[in-house]
Amino acid sequence: MTTSTVDVKAPEQAPPPAPAPGRRRRFAVHFAHYKWLYLLLLPGVLYFAVFRYAPMYGVSIAFKDYVPFLGVNASPWVGFQHFQDFFANPDFGRLLGNTLILAFLNLGIAFPLTIVLALLLNEVRLSILKRTVQTLVYIPHFLSWTIVASLSFLLFALDFGPLFLFINSVLGTDIDFLSDPAWFRPLIVLQEIWKNTGWGTIIFLAALATVDQDQYEAAIIDGAGRFRRVWHITLPGIRSTIIVMLILAIGQMLNTGFEQIYLMTNALNREVADVFDTYVYFVGITQGAYSYSTAVGLFKSLVGIVLIFGTNALAKRFNQSGLF
Amino acid sequence: MKIHNTTGGRIFDAANYVFLAVIGVLTLLPFVYVFAGSFATEAEITRRAFFVWPEQFSLGAYEYIFSTPAFIRALVTTVLVTAVGTVVQLILTVTMAYPLAKRNLRGRQLILSLVVFAMVFSGGMIPTFLLIKDLGLLNSYWALILPAAINPFSLIIIKNFFQELPAELEESAKMDGATEIGILWRILLPLSKPVLATFALFYAVGIWNDFMSPLLYLSDNSKWTLQMYLRQVTASSDLLGSGNVDPNYIPPEQGIKFAVIVVATLPILIFYPFLQKHFAKGMLIGSVKG
Repeated sequence: MTTSTVDVKAPEQAPPPAPAPGRRRRFAVHFAHYKWLYLLLLPGVLYFAVFRYAPMYGVSIAFKDYVPFLGVNASPWVGFQHFQDFFANPDFGRLLGNTLILAFLNLGIAFPLTIVLALLLNEVRLSILKRTVQTLVYIPHFLSWTIVASLSFLLFALDFGPLFLFINSVLGTDIDFLSDPAWFRPLIVLQEIWKNTGWGTIIFLAALATVDQDQYEAAIIDGAGRFRRVWHITLPGIRSTIIVMLILAIGQMLNTGFEQIYLMTNALNREVADVFDTYVYFVGITQGAYSYSTAVGLFKSLVGIVLIFGTNALAKRFNQSGLF
Repeated sequence: MKIHNTTGGRIFDAANYVFLAVIGVLTLLPFVYVFAGSFATEAEITRRAFFVWPEQFSLGAYEYIFSTPAFIRALVTTVLVTAVGTVVQLILTVTMAYPLAKRNLRGRQLILSLVVFAMVFSGGMIPTFLLIKDLGLLNSYWALILPAAINPFSLIIIKNFFQELPAELEESAKMDGATEIGILWRILLPLSKPVLATFALFYAVGIWNDFMSPLLYLSDNSKWTLQMYLRQVTASSDLLGSGNVDPNYIPPEQGIKFAVIVVATLPILIFYPFLQKHFAKGMLIGSVKG
């Protein structure tokens, strides 16, 4: 989502060689001159055509009744039938609720924690401690969700996992973290915090490094303490970064992370665990309702695009630099 | 900048240092436990709630998994798919980035716009699955490699990197009669070795960790990758309601779960120092601007 770095509008330099009469002729000369470059370009262009744009064309089955032996083209059109079915289905409300609750839990808990951790790391002047802690907290980001889920299964296992036993000795009750639906969301947020909070600090630490140091000196002379400096200088200094990251997070709100949710879903917690991404998988891949699930996926990505443009416009209205 | 620390400031510093050290240790603790457990006896794992050092060393779990054909197959498969996939991704990305770095190439703007659009919008899970199916790639390892063969973000970053290299290098090589491919191979690639090494590491980690592609495209469990195998081993049978696990499978003993997690994690940890050297920089190129 970092379209800001892409210089799509870069000015054309150096005119094409040998201006010949006629556009077609000119292009032929240009093409002949650069034939090796076009040859190099070919595999990549083919890749985008086949693996990125063909599936976009395949999205049309959301408006069709996809029949495998007829293919995408010949399957009959049904208009918005699948969308209507989806909105009328009780699953819709449940999915929307589950997805939004997880998204808001992540935004409300994991997101601020990332900023707090970055601020705390930024206050450390003992560089060996800072680097060591950074090295440690970045590691989980590189582990797969399969490993994160497996670690959770071991740590919280009923009657056996260390965290199960620890909670049991403190509270005196057995908590079935892995299959009790009430514990599904806390576990997901906990995993998210463990895996990505450290990694998320990188961007804020980079922004913190650009905060004007002179302001701190001035504030110290004015007698501002540690917390007031953070509140009045540091936080305003990284405000635009916080807003950009918030926009990105809100734009990604419906992308709950297929792998994580799928791996933590089981027969007992389906009611709270199902989100759009996993629903598309269960209904589409395992039950074969291709058109219907494509419609669900399309709905989700369209809402995502609206969200990211919407929050960006909102950020601009509050006179902040938006993303685009 | 000199900050004269007050008493309150010093107390805060001390508390902050202790807190961060605890956070660092807590982050690592689950893995330390699993690592220790993988070298412990089955009896010790069930008897002791938590430990970071086994009382009695045992290689039993490793002996067991390395004598299991399904595990060996998954491990070898994953290593091969990761290696081939990384090379394919690098080649495709570099060969596409190089022409796109030439500002006077016709059609460049159009292709770049299409690449950017592909970042914002994708066909999604089902249309991509149907494409793979129509291409006859179901249960083929190519299905784990090709669909994500070019990452648009990396493509743009590498393109920008090529663009920023001094143009004189290429011009003098051209005077000496080098072809475009010769320039790419003999001049640009040696210069971009560190950048490409970074991307290669990230690609490799991505393929190694991938769970969704094998789940979607490999239904034949003799073709499973390590992540799929790990999933089957650690998800105890009574929790499985989400399919794709062999019903005849007997859940293994605890130590084996520990050992498989360690094997799946170790390559990442070994390469982590190399990753860490570059990722902060790499991520900043891509993300922070203004």
